[in-house]
Amino acid sequence: MSPRAAWRLESLGFREVYDYVAGKLDWMAAGLPTEGTNAAHPRAGDVSRKDVPTARLEERLGDVRERVSAGGWDAVVVTNDERVVLGLLRSKELAKDPELSIEKAMRPGPSTFRPYVAIKEMAETMTGHMLESVPVTTSDGRLVGLLLQKDAVRVAGEQG
Amino acid sequence: MPGEIDRKQVQKLVEGGAQLVEVLPADEYEEDHLPGAIGLPLRRLETEAVRILDRTRPVIVYCWDTA
Repeated sequence: MSPRAAWRLESLGFREVYDYVAGKLDWMAAGLPTEGTNAAHPRAGDVSRKDVPTARLEERLGDVRERVSAGGWDAVVVTNDERVVLGLLRSKELAKDPELSIEKAMRPGPSTFRPYVAIKEMAETMTGHMLESVPVTTSDGRLVGLLLQKDAVRVAGEQG
Repeated sequence: MPGEIDRKQVQKLVEGGAQLVEVLPADEYEEDHLPGAIGLPLRRLETEAVRILDRTRPVIVYCWDTA
């Protein structure tokens, strides 16, 4: 649709016309703000916890477990230098042999959700699929935060 | 020929004064649009673009995605 609009504007005499081809989906998937009636409603990106601990592939599981347990976390997101999500460690993985590398211990390729998804939808999905927590990422795979089911359900409930 | 641009180029051009135009139907614009964007559905472009937009400034159009 936007290519046709761009071409038509040129034919109407507009000299400098650009087409943002990836569009609104790309913008919202990057977690950037929008305006409009939906903007006031919380989304996955707003409610996700940005302070979720992260770990690198080469770290030792025992070291990571020690580091995160002090903060009360039972989930760790595995990322690279670009904060791209590579894996996830939940309680089950964190309980493995402490000598394992994160690469060997993690759950690879976890399902991720985009920051623009409405929190009510997230609460229903997470409850329905019994997901205690899910990473929220941008369209290029970068970590936004970890959304906890209990947070999603609480905020969705507050929305009425 | 209209230039194809990415998100970072959008941000830079808007900072420089470009006009941002969403060409999706009005109800979709009302729900969510990029900050500062003008809603001008494709079907209204013919009759209203020249009146609403400034031909001397860059214009960026967008819809939902590449479709």
